[in-house]
Amino acid sequence: MNDLLIIITASLVAASCGLLGVFLVLRKMAMVGDAISHAVLPGIVLAFLFSGSRDSISMVLGAGLLGVLTTLLIEFLHKKGRLQADASIGVTFTWLFALGVILISVFAGQVDLDQDCVLYGEIAYVPIDLWITDSGINMGPRVLYIAAINLLLVIIFIILGFKELKLTTFDPQFAGIVGISATTWNYLLMGMVSYTTVSSFEAVGAILVVALLVAPPATAYLLSKSLKNMLLLSLLFGLLTAILGYALAWQIEGSIAGAMATVAGVIFSFVFFVQWTKRIFAKSYSKKSLT
Amino acid sequence: MIQQVENPILEVHDLTVSYDSKPVLWNVDLTIPEGALVGIMGPNGAGKSTLIKAIMGLLPLSSGYVKLFEQPLDTIRQRISYVPQKESVDWDFPTTVLDVVMMGRYGKLGLFKRPSKHDKEVALQCIEQVGMSDYIHRQISQLSGGQQQRAFLARALAQEADLYFMDEPFAGVDAATERAVISLLREMSTAGKTIIVVHHDLQSAQHYFDWVVLLNMHLVASGPTKDALTESLLEKTYGGKLTLLSEIGEQMRKTNLPKDIR
Repeated sequence: MNDLLIIITASLVAASCGLLGVFLVLRKMAMVGDAISHAVLPGIVLAFLFSGSRDSISMVLGAGLLGVLTTLLIEFLHKKGRLQADASIGVTFTWLFALGVILISVFAGQVDLDQDCVLYGEIAYVPIDLWITDSGINMGPRVLYIAAINLLLVIIFIILGFKELKLTTFDPQFAGIVGISATTWNYLLMGMVSYTTVSSFEAVGAILVVALLVAPPATAYLLSKSLKNMLLLSLLFGLLTAILGYALAWQIEGSIAGAMATVAGVIFSFVFFVQWTKRIFAKSYSKKSLT
Repeated sequence: MIQQVENPILEVHDLTVSYDSKPVLWNVDLTIPEGALVGIMGPNGAGKSTLIKAIMGLLPLSSGYVKLFEQPLDTIRQRISYVPQKESVDWDFPTTVLDVVMMGRYGKLGLFKRPSKHDKEVALQCIEQVGMSDYIHRQISQLSGGQQQRAFLARALAQEADLYFMDEPFAGVDAATERAVISLLREMSTAGKTIIVVHHDLQSAQHYFDWVVLLNMHLVASGPTKDALTESLLEKTYGGKLTLLSEIGEQMRKTNLPKDIR
């Protein structure tokens, strides 16, 4: 039962990340996901200090604000400061993350948080972190609900904004001409990424979030002819990552998040290798048929 | 030679555009008649793309204003269309020709609405017009340069606009595509559409366009092709014998400009 709960939670998180990650990869902003997942740390700490509790809503608000601020800062440094995109990302998230680490160490006595927990998470605790209502009814694991609501919102966001997301990703200038603001949709997407990162970090940690945001979409990209196709494949690879990753962790009795990220990399390598050999064969075949 | 027209479909008044407070277009004042097939010509870095992007509101204006159909841009967005330079998008994006052309319909749809059957019919018809019917489900990464350009053109047609802006539609395309595109543009022009094309090749310009705009950071000429495409005006635009003299003239004009737009 506990195994199943962990797998379901991981699958929900993987699905949310896999769907949003498709747009990050296509916008060549995969590393922005990485940046946001680290830069939300000071937001989480500040939200904790202000609200005095680890309830999810203040965390999501604090981290969500920081996530959008990160995006704004990266855009500002890149566009107005004329710094390269990758350097803007690197500068922004390292100092924000460092700020979070300092905040934690200064307020260590008051904060029931540590950066290890943010970075690595602990999905194994999902089944024992229960949501118990005021009247004492056990509703099951808290994180499971958070992940389910997150996935639901991500799906609604993508279905409602599908054509806007597609157009602003493929051709933002053309989108501007027809009256669809690329900037607005960029911030909406980044807001969703921030929210997803925060709602997932408790369960799986920032590092696995990054892996789930990038690896399944990148794998799907190698195989896809259309955007819908890529979203579905990314979802599939995300689920596969969660299930096989848990199996691996169980086998070796090791870190679950570590095992899942490893599996994500293995799936990517496998698909990459298959596509690569296919191309080589296709090339040599067409050469032969020419001669 | 700057000829202004009555009841223009496009009016650009005193337009200055800057990148990082460095002006790239100065004091452009021009009007374009309805139904014209217009070529915007000038050397590299003359601000041709900048001009059409500024007109369409993609770049902030340092001064001046633009009126389309005698109205500001936001009220007539549905009536303008744009074919960007091919290189402006990633052709490895996972999407098909039909999908790209359908994007031309998005502006008419509004938020949250999905394309209808009618939108698809329009898109298919536009694909046929550019001779790409055999490729509707082909992934765009597998198109040749000419086919990519045709797909972009079909997307613009699907917008069903009245005023078209095209940024170098003949760059990097094969001769067959160039012929197909120009005859399509002529058809559209005959049907009353106005088409404004950023163009490079001087040889073909006099056959292709009935109105020419010569640009080199300043507006050098704007008028019917036979009046605007003259040797002396071309020299003034591209440099040559008259370079030095015109440079001094331009320099004097620049120093007379008020400080706030520099």
